[in-house]
Amino acid sequence: MPRIDVRDLTMMYGDRVIQHDLTFAVEPGEIFVIMGPSGTGKSTLLRHMIGLVPPARGEVAYDGASFWTADAEGRQRLLRRIGVLYQQGALWSSRTLAENIALPLEEFTDLPPALVREVVSLKLALVGLGGFDDFYPSEISGGMRKRAGLARAMALDPDILFFDEPSSGLDPISSRRLDDLILELRESLGATVVIVTHELASIFAIGTNAVFLDDERKTIIAAGPPTKLLQECRDEKVRRFLTRGERG
Amino acid sequence: MDDTVAVRVSTRDDGVLRLRLSGRWRLGARSPDVAYVFKQARPGARPRLVLDADPDLSWDSSLLVFLRAVFGEAGRREMPVDSRGLPEGARRLLKLLDTTAERGEHHGRDERRSVFWRIGERAVVAARSAADVLAFIGDACLGIARLFTGRARVRRSDVLLVAQEVGARALPIVSLVAWLVGVILAYVGAMQLRAFGAQVYVADLVSVAMTREMGAMMTAVVMAGRTGAAFAAELGTMQVNEEIDALTTFGIPPMEFLVVPRMLALAVMMPLLCIYADLLGILGGAVVGVGLLHVSALEYYEHSLHAIQLNDVVAGLIKGAVFGVLVAIAGCLRGMQAGRTSAAVGRAATAAVVTAIVLIIVSDAVMTVVFDVLGV
Repeated sequence: MPRIDVRDLTMMYGDRVIQHDLTFAVEPGEIFVIMGPSGTGKSTLLRHMIGLVPPARGEVAYDGASFWTADAEGRQRLLRRIGVLYQQGALWSSRTLAENIALPLEEFTDLPPALVREVVSLKLALVGLGGFDDFYPSEISGGMRKRAGLARAMALDPDILFFDEPSSGLDPISSRRLDDLILELRESLGATVVIVTHELASIFAIGTNAVFLDDERKTIIAAGPPTKLLQECRDEKVRRFLTRGERG
Repeated sequence: MDDTVAVRVSTRDDGVLRLRLSGRWRLGARSPDVAYVFKQARPGARPRLVLDADPDLSWDSSLLVFLRAVFGEAGRREMPVDSRGLPEGARRLLKLLDTTAERGEHHGRDERRSVFWRIGERAVVAARSAADVLAFIGDACLGIARLFTGRARVRRSDVLLVAQEVGARALPIVSLVAWLVGVILAYVGAMQLRAFGAQVYVADLVSVAMTREMGAMMTAVVMAGRTGAAFAAELGTMQVNEEIDALTTFGIPPMEFLVVPRMLALAVMMPLLCIYADLLGILGGAVVGVGLLHVSALEYYEHSLHAIQLNDVVAGLIKGAVFGVLVAIAGCLRGMQAGRTSAAVGRAATAAVVTAIVLIIVSDAVMTVVFDVLGV
């Protein structure tokens, strides 16, 4: 059974169709890339998948359990399995990094404060931010904020991680480091990862499967492992995207 | 399945301490005591820690927390660790912990400081804050001076937009407050004046109080809560989003582009709002006078007209203009001083209202004395 099953999903803002009839499955342990040109609705698709926006039509299911037809409690249970790294990190700016990571632990577990502190320290150390517990988001760099966001996303040991443009705003070295970290965490924790990105380096470095959203046809026009798409896809648009505009 | 964890400890004479981990390690389950585990170690020729795991071991972050503590203790005892028997995922994550690139210096937030240290720190902060306020007011004055010499980067459209926001859009709340203040003044006056059969002087009381004092004061308080807080929140948010930095890097002085238009708009609109508030307040008083005290409308009108002197109106308008500038300064100052967090924006808005109200009351007291001395 796929870990995430998206069936006939149509996304609309008012009367405007963003994407329609999206159908794909994310298997356990995959690093699944949602790619496509800017403005095609990649982040919107992610927001539909993580329960922020209800679809106009269609369904998102986790391990066969439909998200949008579940009751409030069922949705909360499904959300507890998800960790999300937002494009700008979305750390709560009035809280320290430690407080950012501790909040979900305090809200959703019965861990004693001492153990919460240890888990927080562990998560920060895992993303290379050991000792930054008492720093506020405004006191660290953009790359560090991304990693702190990743530490927060992992706070509850979710088995599905979503990343919205993880490399945006990062220099190539920080971007590569974040890719390596994602890969390492996926390998170690066995989590399923869904990434929205148009960074080719990341797509080929870590993606095991992908869908390509088109802005004109407003649906998926290619699906498969990124390297296979590069070699075999005959769609001109996909080829141009994957080769940085060079005609294949 | 139960969230039970187990660590089997075995020791050898040569100093090898072997830990075999099993069970279902979940956050919240009771973890073994690391100190107790190490107490089992026997001194030997080749002390070493060997970690091993059952094939069906199930784990999450709780195992890593335990292993991190075990590694720390082994390090303190200078015991080499053989972790090859651990699950590969756990080993990789532990390696990630080892290779963390950056280490932050802990902030000394919890450190206990002496009373003198804290008093000194507060004094330095207060002195810096006062210097910042003076520098801000100085910059604002320079901005105004540049405006009058035609060199300021002030856009007319911005001034008009702010004027609309602080003027026309504030009319409903100013109307309500001023009318009610007039009603309250009339009631309070009537209680005393009725005893002497001098109800008709309610008109004099309300008219003079509104034009000289309460019209300007109440409008300024409303503006502090409505407009001062809005200025602080808007500029504070611009600070958070680096919009003010963007202006600066374009060579556009934020003082001229953001602060001067707001000061100008409030300085112009406040006297107009004051006149409006005066009229509404007198009307509120008239409703009480005519409706409850049985003073005729004509009598009330004539008494009001007779009581109000030009001096009262001028004093009220000057106060209104000064209050307007002070509300703008308080709002803009706190907004520009805001930190780069969402909480800082909230604090800036609160501080703007408090600062504005304090400035209004203090300046009102000063102006009242000065006007009295000058005979205004």
